[in-house]
Amino acid sequence: MPSSTERTRAHRAPQRPGDRVFAGLSTGAGVLILVVLAGVAAFLLTEAWPALVAPAEDIPGGEGVAIYIWPLLFGTLLSAFLALLIAAPLAVAIALFITHYAPRRIAQALGYLIDLLAAVPSIIYGLWGIAVLAPLSVEPSEWLAENLGFIPLFAGPATSTGRTMLVAVIVLAVMILPITSAVVREAFRQTPRLHEEASLALGATRWEMIRMAVLPFGRSSIIGASMLGLGRALGETMAVAIVLSVSGGVTFNLISSGNPKTIAANIALDFPESTGIAVNTLIASGLVLFAVTLLVNMAARAVINRRREFSGAN
Amino acid sequence: MKRTTLGRALALPAAAALTFGLVACGSANEPSDSGGNGGGSGLSGTISGAGASSQDAAQQAWRAGFIEANPDVTVNYDPIGSGGGREQFVNGGSDFGGTDAYLDEEELAGANERCGQVVEVPTYVSPIAVIFNVEGVNELNLKPATIAKIFNQQITNWNDPAIAADNPGVQLPDKTITPVNRSDESGTTENFVEYLKATAPQDWPHEVSGDWPVAGGEAAQGTSGVVQAVSGGDGTIGYADASQARELSTAKVGVGGEFVQYSPEAAAKVLEVSERVEGRGDYSFAYDLARDTTEAGTYPIVLVSYGIACANYDDANKAELVKAYFNYMISEEGQQAAAESAGSAPISDALRQQIQPAVDAISSGS
Amino acid sequence: MPTTTSRDQGPDLHTPLNAAPLTHGQLPRRAPQSVFLAALVAGIALLLSGWNVAAAAIVAGFGYAVVVYAWSRAVEGPRKATDRLVTAVVTGAFLLALIPLISVVFTVISKGAPRFDDQFFTYSMRGVVGEGGGAYHAIMGTLIITGLAALISVPIGLLTAIYLVEYGRGKLARAITFFVDVMTGIPSIVAGLFAYALFALIFGPGVRMGIMGAVALSVLMIPVVVRSTEEMLKIVPNELREAAYALAVPKWRTIVKVVLPTALAGIATGVTLAVARVIGETAPLLVTVGITSSDNFNPFDGRMATLPVFSYYQYVTPGVPPDPALNRAWTAALTLIIIVMVLNLAARLISRLFAPKTRG
Repeated sequence: MPSSTERTRAHRAPQRPGDRVFAGLSTGAGVLILVVLAGVAAFLLTEAWPALVAPAEDIPGGEGVAIYIWPLLFGTLLSAFLALLIAAPLAVAIALFITHYAPRRIAQALGYLIDLLAAVPSIIYGLWGIAVLAPLSVEPSEWLAENLGFIPLFAGPATSTGRTMLVAVIVLAVMILPITSAVVREAFRQTPRLHEEASLALGATRWEMIRMAVLPFGRSSIIGASMLGLGRALGETMAVAIVLSVSGGVTFNLISSGNPKTIAANIALDFPESTGIAVNTLIASGLVLFAVTLLVNMAARAVINRRREFSGAN
Repeated sequence: MKRTTLGRALALPAAAALTFGLVACGSANEPSDSGGNGGGSGLSGTISGAGASSQDAAQQAWRAGFIEANPDVTVNYDPIGSGGGREQFVNGGSDFGGTDAYLDEEELAGANERCGQVVEVPTYVSPIAVIFNVEGVNELNLKPATIAKIFNQQITNWNDPAIAADNPGVQLPDKTITPVNRSDESGTTENFVEYLKATAPQDWPHEVSGDWPVAGGEAAQGTSGVVQAVSGGDGTIGYADASQARELSTAKVGVGGEFVQYSPEAAAKVLEVSERVEGRGDYSFAYDLARDTTEAGTYPIVLVSYGIACANYDDANKAELVKAYFNYMISEEGQQAAAESAGSAPISDALRQQIQPAVDAISSGS
Repeated sequence: MPTTTSRDQGPDLHTPLNAAPLTHGQLPRRAPQSVFLAALVAGIALLLSGWNVAAAAIVAGFGYAVVVYAWSRAVEGPRKATDRLVTAVVTGAFLLALIPLISVVFTVISKGAPRFDDQFFTYSMRGVVGEGGGAYHAIMGTLIITGLAALISVPIGLLTAIYLVEYGRGKLARAITFFVDVMTGIPSIVAGLFAYALFALIFGPGVRMGIMGAVALSVLMIPVVVRSTEEMLKIVPNELREAAYALAVPKWRTIVKVVLPTALAGIATGVTLAVARVIGETAPLLVTVGITSSDNFNPFDGRMATLPVFSYYQYVTPGVPPDPALNRAWTAALTLIIIVMVLNLAARLISRLFAPKTRG
């Protein structure tokens, strides 16, 4: 248990010892988290520092840290955002279906199955992507390259093995789906029944009830859950490392065999054989990922705060 | 009151941990602690090593064989990669190491500081096969320059005249070549690239490193990933540890005037024609491989992985265990076990005689 | 198609009431089912006429949605029609999402089944080459390390969430909320490297201990516990708290006796999810706990085996022939899923037993 840091505040009710201890403990836990995070940040900074100040030619690739990390960053953002774009609507649909559409018994079983899937280790998603999804994607990729080739995303040339960004994105989406939908589901389930019944009593159809009672109530949870999913997609290591054929630079092309690397996967791929400044460079890329997460969360927080009036607590 | 409710929330992980924790009673195949003197060897204790993942399959075999003779000994090998393995060995984090590349100057100095003198012997020799999957083509002869051009994406079609010239009578299809390389940094890549650089310097302008230098090809993680990618696509070609090539066709590689199919003997032969690197101490047997050898029957694309240990350990028991383990690794029996379960090429008797003194030198005190 | 009055225009006060019909038309009760059947038949017909499965399913699905919408709109009006369309879309999206998930489970079960035998659960890999061997040591290792991680993160996470929802005001609370979110984004391998660096400072380089893995997993687990618990505590109705305060119940007792029990079901799910999130982590355990082929159940001494790492290495360095190792890798994954299933059941049982009756 963390040591208590007392924080006395003016309370209208008299302060009892139990309250003080409890408040102290919970504050302490919060502070401990900050300490741990500071520790992680300090670790990243000290380890990344040699790479940040090293002359450009010492960095792998020979052109400096920024040039080394930029394609990685691009790949990370591209894959994570596309994955979220696919996963978020589906997660909401799953949550809605389980809480408001499916018959109760089936809903419970389904909820259970989905929780379970959150636990499948990421390498398994990776192996599944390679063994099942990649071969399936070859034909559609060729079709996309032929018919929609004018869109940069599908410029081709189409892959012959299916280890493309498209597959990686789908694998990531499938991977973050369970955890995202589980959080959204719990929030939907907590919608005050009175709100729902009131809107139904006023003659709303089910969809109108959902739109006016359930969705506004769950909005902050949807954003929170999406961030959770995005965080997981940004930091996913093994699945991407296994699935993606990483040999291209910065490209939006989703269906060729030359794809940008992602930061986390690159760390996993290169860390074991790296020594010296290369390790520092990898950790510097980890620092960048950390910073990206920071920015993404800031943005999400801003969105949630602007819509605070809809949030669940009051 | 607080405890009870909090307790409930904590109950599930705690309960799970406890119930399973309490029933822990050891695996069915492990010796129980009370036995103690089941084996006749008298050795007991634990040694841990870390390093190249290429050796892992071989290490599994060595471990199994070694433990059979010495049931009270536990050997761990953590396949964290060569770089990590060298680093951990140098700073004292592991008892022995495995690495695909011999220690560099700096590491050598560090290791000598830790160990008095470092023992560095080749323990694992594995041919790297050029694997391909082209419908209708089962045999392929490739000259080094052709391989370099294919992997450098200068030859992009299977019916290229350069390939046809080496393969008279083979019907080569009009199909795009998809070269497959490792996406992770690896000793396999480094050895393969080193071979290309040494044998076809004009066609392989890239620097030698464990990172694949050419962009735009198909990249896959690990040997298993490359094998999967090559067998999954059509018109693919890649390089992988020969032991994992399985049913894929492997190319014969041009050496001197002929084309050589990989075989354990042909691979092990490279070490004999290669030169030991001088000036690294009596017990360091590091080799600069003769990739450009023209010796008949030699397969020059090999990966040589070393075992590293100290000539001088502080702990007498540890020294004895490492020495016994290294002795087993380089013994004929050990090499045969690795060949069977990891597909490596056993080292020759001549080489064993050369490196035996290094292993014998492992001791404690000084 | 503005033939009917849209509800946005508000009530039309000028039309006499009796001019508007009091009841809408309604589709026959079996209408959606019959349209669905028709779509199914059409889909199968397309399939038989040489379309591939995906295309046929997409066309059939679209056909169903369009027909139901048009029909309902004609008979029941736009509001009902939208409702039916959304039902179709939500169900369709749900089914679509289920396909890959079921495919994953199917793959793991079918590939994991061959080695799902006695030996797998009673043997370790000590002295095993090729066929046979088991993952008993790895199963125990995973349970011990994950249990320890839960023991560290659940109290910290729970208390932090309580602080954020019940106590936290001002800068500190905002900072904690924000940084907890940031923490969810720590790449797992960075968490592992951090734990390694921390312990290496204390115990010297090359240290490998189960507890290091637990610490690394905690770094990943705490934010998930905090986030999900926080969400659950937030939606406990304020009326409950106010009622308790009005009865002069101290704040901490209100939290412990009213707020936590109300949210318990959600918290239990959250904790299970958090455990699920980390139990399959490979990368951080790779660098902190390492791997061994023998039993080691002491998390404070030396390398331990864990299921994900075991599975990973069996897949990456399989040996010759590779099949026994690959089978072990899949069975280890299957075992992992089953462990989570058991945990999940336990969490459900706990929330069923202890939570006050609210809503199912």
